[in-house]
Amino acid sequence: MTLAPERTTSTDSTATGPLPSTENPNMPAPGTVNSRLSVTSAEPRPQRPEFKKSGRPNPAAHLTPEQIEEIGHELDAIRAEVMESRGASDAAYIRKVIKTQRYLEMGSRAALLFSGVKYKGVRPFWWIGTAGLGVSKILENMEIGHNVMHGQWDWMRDPKIHSTAWEWDNASPSSQWKHSHNEIHHTFTNVLGRDNDLGYGILRVDEDQKWTLFYLFQPIWHVANAAIFEYSIAAYDLELGGYLAKRKRLSDEDKAEFRKNAQEVVAKIKRQATRDYVLHPALAAATFTGSTRHTLTANIVANLIRNVWTNTVIICGHFPPDIETFEKTSIEGETRGEWYLRQMLGSGNIHGSKAMHVMTGNLSHQIEHHLFPDMPSNRYAKIAPKIRDLMERHDLHYVTGSLPKQVASVYWKVVELSLPPKREGTTRRATILRAAKRAIKGKGGQGRRY
Amino acid sequence: MRKVAEALATPLVPGDYLDLLDPMRAGADLRGRIVSITAETADSATLTIRPGRGWAGHVPGQYVRIGIDIDGVRHWRAYSLTHGDGTPDDLISITPKAIPDGVVSNHLVHMAQPGTVVMLDQAAGDFTLPEVLPERPLFITAGSGVTPVIGMFRNHLGSLRDVVHVHCAPTESAVMFRDELRGYAAASRLTLHENHDNVAGILSLTSLDELVPDWRERETWVCGPTGLLDAAESHWATAGLADQLHVERFRTSVVEPGEGGTVTFDRASVTVDADGATPILDAGEAAGVLMPSGCRMGICFGCVVTMREGAVRDLRSGEITTTDENSGDVRIQTCVNAAAGPCHLDL
Repeated sequence: MTLAPERTTSTDSTATGPLPSTENPNMPAPGTVNSRLSVTSAEPRPQRPEFKKSGRPNPAAHLTPEQIEEIGHELDAIRAEVMESRGASDAAYIRKVIKTQRYLEMGSRAALLFSGVKYKGVRPFWWIGTAGLGVSKILENMEIGHNVMHGQWDWMRDPKIHSTAWEWDNASPSSQWKHSHNEIHHTFTNVLGRDNDLGYGILRVDEDQKWTLFYLFQPIWHVANAAIFEYSIAAYDLELGGYLAKRKRLSDEDKAEFRKNAQEVVAKIKRQATRDYVLHPALAAATFTGSTRHTLTANIVANLIRNVWTNTVIICGHFPPDIETFEKTSIEGETRGEWYLRQMLGSGNIHGSKAMHVMTGNLSHQIEHHLFPDMPSNRYAKIAPKIRDLMERHDLHYVTGSLPKQVASVYWKVVELSLPPKREGTTRRATILRAAKRAIKGKGGQGRRY
Repeated sequence: MRKVAEALATPLVPGDYLDLLDPMRAGADLRGRIVSITAETADSATLTIRPGRGWAGHVPGQYVRIGIDIDGVRHWRAYSLTHGDGTPDDLISITPKAIPDGVVSNHLVHMAQPGTVVMLDQAAGDFTLPEVLPERPLFITAGSGVTPVIGMFRNHLGSLRDVVHVHCAPTESAVMFRDELRGYAAASRLTLHENHDNVAGILSLTSLDELVPDWRERETWVCGPTGLLDAAESHWATAGLADQLHVERFRTSVVEPGEGGTVTFDRASVTVDADGATPILDAGEAAGVLMPSGCRMGICFGCVVTMREGAVRDLRSGEITTTDENSGDVRIQTCVNAAAGPCHLDL
């Protein structure tokens, strides 16, 4: 998609694509080979400044370029060890999860056919079916869909469990998700102005994000976003916000591409909604147990459970306190080692039970996932102690906490950062009032730029 | 009805759920279950497989491609079908011979377990006998090249007359189907010449004049290593009898990965020389091929394309991925892989 941020390359940060070299057509043009392919750089890398432009301390300032290179080699070795040992037990794991999810889904949907049946004042099949369907959708989206689309299981060469073939039970078509998530978010993780996942364009989750009046109401946006998360992801992957803002300046080609993508999203939503809200309730009518309406509510609730849960997990990945953000200029010519470093500092884990890890799609191992997005998710738990040890040896903060703690910290942050930062010579109240006045006059206030 | 089922199953297809219940059903992707494994020689074994209900049968001499998961990775190989008419319950069989470093053949011969489900393709290949059976056929085979021919014997020997079979094997004990072949010979159903390389040396086709003096009058089927096939083709061509010769080329080729190579983008009809340090993505783009791309660092899988044949090297880890015609398509990330030999991509 063309609304995506441009790619940064080592020698030419303004290049929007590869320029064919005139000298040797068989060699890539200078600057087109991604510097992130290697831990070592051809050019010496600069020492990181002590402070970021925003004035906040740079968390990796104490590391020399040589140390970062060393970290890169160590992480490459950890990756290689796991990737070389992938085998039958890993394959059996993902197949077992897929099988479990499909049986759970079929069982839950079967139970819902009788969701209207009342027994001692409750509808047992509604409760069982709804809970089962909610869990099944979560498994499908997280441990299966998200991870398969990352290519974690491509190595099995099973055409059905493959990143190029998987379509998930979610409003966003997998092709669009793979672009905005795998490509943009995972490459530009936590880079202000590049990684749109940082607040999804509707939340201010980092102090270095510029405050605008829009963010004053972000606690409301946040909760609403969680409830309809699958649709906001679809709109987000479609870059609907950007399109509406830039509509007038877009070329016809870009507009046509947007329309094509939008049609794809609408078609997918239609299929999903027909299944959940029309066909299955209609099927329930055939049991003559008065289950049509209850099957409908069960599907609504199951989707809601999935939406809120996925949102809850995902906000813990990058928004809790002590997780770092980065400036655009800091990633120019970035090596693989520096990219690793950014992934480690830009992600946070959740600790908890094995069941919790599975239900989060192992995104509770967000740090490990961001370092190695294509590593099978069942392996993250095993490398986590090594990653933690590596970070602690280099005096880097391995952010982790229990689910309630991490979630509460994000919710608090959403409230806290809805207010403008304190500035000398003025009060927060005055800043808000000024912004409100400007908005009323129609000057800005809408901006969600960083 | 079908549309309703599809709408109920979206984003999956109904088959994804039905496969859980009955993977062998008609209409499913063709699969088979290994029923038994019987050793033939020290390094070969016959696998009897019950194919799914979609199996459409075969003509003796044809091969079947089988896809088996080894260490979690699916590998495809082609093997001749060796079962005869009398095989009960529509079971089929193949008789792989373990070749050195052959991942699949070694697994099938030594490691595979009855009960394992494998993927199958329908039978294919034109190394078969014509509908009107030939008079006085000659078969020349070497090593596991005997497998398509044993399939023909088991189905057609009763209707064939004056059959001559020349079979070569490294040693006497390595002769596959030895007892069966000698049994046919003892019953005068065919004339068998065994050539044990360790005793008689590699068979030279000039000795055919002695072994089978009337070879020029016989329609001939040859299956074995490339060396034998090449020799046969030139021998028959020299004699002006090329149209009497049928050969089956079995590639047991182990691709030898090197540094760089020619990359052919099949659909774009573009071929470029790519060195061993240039990602295929960059080589393709430089040649004007419309390449799918994404992060260009190996994490987003937005650049994955199908490699039909060839060898590539992962620039991050040095890991080699190879495939050939028999092994089938492999999907590769073009942004982190460089050519390690001639490659054909589906682009």
